[in-house]
Amino acid sequence: MSEFILTARHLNKSYSQRSGKFGFGSTLVKALDDVSVSLRAGSTLAVVGESGSGKSTLARCLLQLQPLDSGEVLFQGRDLAKLSSAELRQQRRHLQMVFQDPFASLNPRMRVGEIVGEGLLVHKLGSIAEQRAKVLQMLKRVGLTEADMQKYPHEFSGGQRQRIGIARALVLEPKVVVCDEPVSALDVSIQAQILLLLKELQQEMNLSYLFISHDLRVVRHIADEVAVMHQGKVVEFGKIDDIYQNPTQEYTRNLLKAIPGRKHQQNIQEMNPA
Amino acid sequence: MTELLRIEGLSVTPVAAPDRLLVNNVSFSLASGKTTCVVGESGSGKSLTALSVMGLLSKQLSRAQGKVIFQGQDLTSLNNEQMRQIRGRKIGMIFQEPMTSLNPVLTVGYQIGESLTVHLGLKGQALKSRISQLLEQVGIPATRANSYPDELSGGQRQRVMIAMSIACEPAMLIADEPTTALDVTVQAQILKLLDELKTRMNMGMLFITHDFGVVADIADDVVVMFRGEIVESGPVTQVLEHPQHPYTKALLACVPDAEGKNPLKPIDYAWLEAGSLKDSAAVA
Repeated sequence: MSEFILTARHLNKSYSQRSGKFGFGSTLVKALDDVSVSLRAGSTLAVVGESGSGKSTLARCLLQLQPLDSGEVLFQGRDLAKLSSAELRQQRRHLQMVFQDPFASLNPRMRVGEIVGEGLLVHKLGSIAEQRAKVLQMLKRVGLTEADMQKYPHEFSGGQRQRIGIARALVLEPKVVVCDEPVSALDVSIQAQILLLLKELQQEMNLSYLFISHDLRVVRHIADEVAVMHQGKVVEFGKIDDIYQNPTQEYTRNLLKAIPGRKHQQNIQEMNPA
Repeated sequence: MTELLRIEGLSVTPVAAPDRLLVNNVSFSLASGKTTCVVGESGSGKSLTALSVMGLLSKQLSRAQGKVIFQGQDLTSLNNEQMRQIRGRKIGMIFQEPMTSLNPVLTVGYQIGESLTVHLGLKGQALKSRISQLLEQVGIPATRANSYPDELSGGQRQRVMIAMSIACEPAMLIADEPTTALDVTVQAQILKLLDELKTRMNMGMLFITHDFGVVADIADDVVVMFRGEIVESGPVTQVLEHPQHPYTKALLACVPDAEGKNPLKPIDYAWLEAGSLKDSAAVA
């Protein structure tokens, strides 16, 4: 087996969009245009780009949440698109997702214990008592308590909900976790907490992250490699230091230039409290 | 340098719980042609402060105390009708969500023209040419006046919002997180546009944000709020480069730097509460 845990080759995906005055015409929008990326085991690959660049489509297609037009997604050497639905369902426990909006991605009618435990139930992993113990252990690991298992999502703040979302994804001990803008809805101090938590969990559980983000400051702190997407294409792909220090594409340079407050950053960080 | 706005001892409380201070004794001032950024996390009271200036607090909240002196006039003493003369005419506003702040069934030209008709009585050709002029000022082709909001991108909608807010050439612009919903490249363009307009029209700008990067790019002065109180304020270089208050330092330290050199440090609220907050309360 190669060092790559997830490899996407020549992915294509188009949507048809209504056009013309009354919407009778249709034009094809290429959301993914010959996209190839690979994720190294135990590392973080960030996919950055502006709205409409195709980064979220890429995430969904990699997890087979949306069918591809063409191309293959190899997970541990097997093409996910060729699996039967039963086989794919089995593989899904290894491929989990943390969503952007912690307010919309948790079922408001389920208790936290049920939300986090649902995956274990679906995949029939262990007895009920074992499942409960596992849910509790995971919740404690992300910073919640036993009493929180009985609560409903609305009783939590945004940062705590994102912790629940992380617990839900990680309780299945997945190999690959796709994080779709997991901190973009959070305050900057909460954002730092969640990023650190994700980093620690990656070490402990040997996770591989595909990290979708539009925030280049966040990406700098979490990623090992970066793929820059623009209009459905990967325009630049490489190690994080190389891309931030020597971007080869005009588009990447413009993105980096647009990061707010670059001139002040260095001074700011030197003033860190001890 | 003329003083445009002075907030004195402003406090806001929920009507149902008059002891809870959501904004607690806030005072600062803003000069014409300058930008003051109010920075803080969710719940710090930064948006409530802006809404109090406009007299737009919801009915569940009340302004318990304080004065809002704008061009020498205390806005808190005005009635609704008098406030309406000032809002949109002398004080412009831009909000966070360009998607929801525009009316989807009216053309953008009509929406820009509304305040011109109401406040300045412009009609017909004069109105039309002023709308074209405003659109071009914010970088949108004048032909777009006949477009509906859904035909524009997020950045263009925010430009339309800006055109609306500066239509009557207000003396002050209040911008509440106007670039939070936008892509970074679009954000950079909008910040540049606001900065240019501010200089050209000699407006005072009260800019609410949670992003220190944006503060560094646009502010002349900074007010840092935490749990309803101002913990530190001063010129931008002083606050960003030599922060005095432990909360300001902690908030700055959890902003990820673009070079990725420094480890992230979440705020240790327990440590802040353990006394360091009070020790340096006199910084501002």
